[in-house]
Amino acid sequence: MMKNKRKILPYLLVSPYIIHFMLFVAFPVIFSIVLTFHKWNIIAPMEFTGFANYIRLFKDKTFLQSILNTLLFLIIHIPLQIVVALFLAEILNQKLKFKGFFRAAFFLPVIVSGVVVTILWQQLYGFDTGLLNRLLIKVGLAKIGWLTDPNIAMTSIAVMATWKNVGLYIVLFLVGLQTVPPHYYEAADLEGASKMQKFFKITLPMINPTIFMVVILSTIGGFSLFIEPYVMTGGGPLNSTISAVLYIYKQGFFYYHMGYSATLGLFFALIILTVVFVQKKFVERDT
Amino acid sequence: MKKLKKILFYFFLTLSALVFVYPFYWMVISSLAPENEIANLTLLPSDFTLSSYSQMIDKIPIGKAFFNSMLVASSITIGVLVFGSMIGYALSRLEFKGRDLIFYIIIFTMTLPFQITLIPQYIIMVKFGWIDTYLALIVPYFINALGIIMFRQYFKSLPQSLLDAARLDGCGELQIIFKILWPNSIPALVTIGIITFMASWNEVLWPLIVIRDESLMTMPQLVTLFAVGGRAESQLGVKLASAVMLALPIIIAYLFFQKYFIQSMASTGIKE
Repeated sequence: MMKNKRKILPYLLVSPYIIHFMLFVAFPVIFSIVLTFHKWNIIAPMEFTGFANYIRLFKDKTFLQSILNTLLFLIIHIPLQIVVALFLAEILNQKLKFKGFFRAAFFLPVIVSGVVVTILWQQLYGFDTGLLNRLLIKVGLAKIGWLTDPNIAMTSIAVMATWKNVGLYIVLFLVGLQTVPPHYYEAADLEGASKMQKFFKITLPMINPTIFMVVILSTIGGFSLFIEPYVMTGGGPLNSTISAVLYIYKQGFFYYHMGYSATLGLFFALIILTVVFVQKKFVERDT
Repeated sequence: MKKLKKILFYFFLTLSALVFVYPFYWMVISSLAPENEIANLTLLPSDFTLSSYSQMIDKIPIGKAFFNSMLVASSITIGVLVFGSMIGYALSRLEFKGRDLIFYIIIFTMTLPFQITLIPQYIIMVKFGWIDTYLALIVPYFINALGIIMFRQYFKSLPQSLLDAARLDGCGELQIIFKILWPNSIPALVTIGIITFMASWNEVLWPLIVIRDESLMTMPQLVTLFAVGGRAESQLGVKLASAVMLALPIIIAYLFFQKYFIQSMASTGIKE
């Protein structure tokens, strides 16, 4: 009796996970594959449509644009984030007073909801009365259509996302910088190395693992871009800021195209997995 | 020379800190300024008024949304701590068949993009009749892979003698987890608690999908729909007031527990 109880007990403890996994992971994955072969608006019965959803996907220009927009966002956001975070972390990594205060200030946007940050920046980016354009006029420059010019809008969103997240990456880089043994720099000083040389020859190679981690974390985060364009621009102007997740959401919950939305979700998830897989391969090769 | 450099550093850091803090300051004073002054506001309005707040309270049930957010985020946090420690304990301290398999499945699910499961999860909620209930907001979040992994890591680092002594005293496994391990795992509890609470407080996509009834909406959802829909009637002050209400609870918590927030968030990154 006692022995049996000891045997069953571990399974009882992990049973919430198993139930959750079946219900919210395993079943959804299988069901979403089934859905891709159907047309369904939830209310009427499911209708088998073969590969129609896939054919539609490959002809869907808006979906292609939403993926390209998301990639453009990543291409601007990730390098900008790494440069700014590394730069501020380098400065904070000196013997300074009020270090904790500065770190806390940079970290403030990280903890605040993306909705708040988006509403706030929507005002800063405003064309007529926004703070940024008021500043531009004051120094004698022309106003910029931060969110109304299709060529600029996605960059504006990427800059805002960097402002929101960079505090977290500053902290991660600070941890990384602390792992560089001080005698490396001392040896370089003896050789008469310049600041730049020390940064590129010692610091950068030593914190490579942190950089890769930041790249992978912000890639996964960037692929889920949704609330910023949803609140700020609704995907416009001219679909220039519609992100893949926003488009999937619109197909599913504006038009109730469940089958098609599931197809988009599955296809986009495969893109994400491929990109992250390739990034991880690079890390393994380089380290 | 050295002194000049230091001053330059401080000047630069202060400038950067302003870039991160000033927008929040602007948001708060704008929400307190008369509507017609917001367009030209930079430092202080001529007069402070709560009219934006009273208008917002008339338009949306922000108080109820605060209650909903508190209820949802606290329930999820408690669930994640309880289930996470049970599962983390089994995975780190008990021997049983299939243990490694379960561990690998957990790691695998962490890499699975949510974009695959979003639509089917919504359909499950429809089939369960959970749309427009708290259950839809809370139950799917009870299990958190990162939470389980972090508990497993932490419990592994505790000495075996702790468990042996408890077993000798005749403690059951649940007693061991909650009476013996918990008091010895405060850092893990704080870290996982903060991350979970923050993530659920700020979550917006899922509530947008499963809740339509305004009286059940969480704060980020209500504020989002208020800002996107026409109900703020292009009154900036009212929109900003709703954003302040959403940001305030977390910022207040942050002012008190700033160190823990930063450490907790950073540790999730490092674990990856």
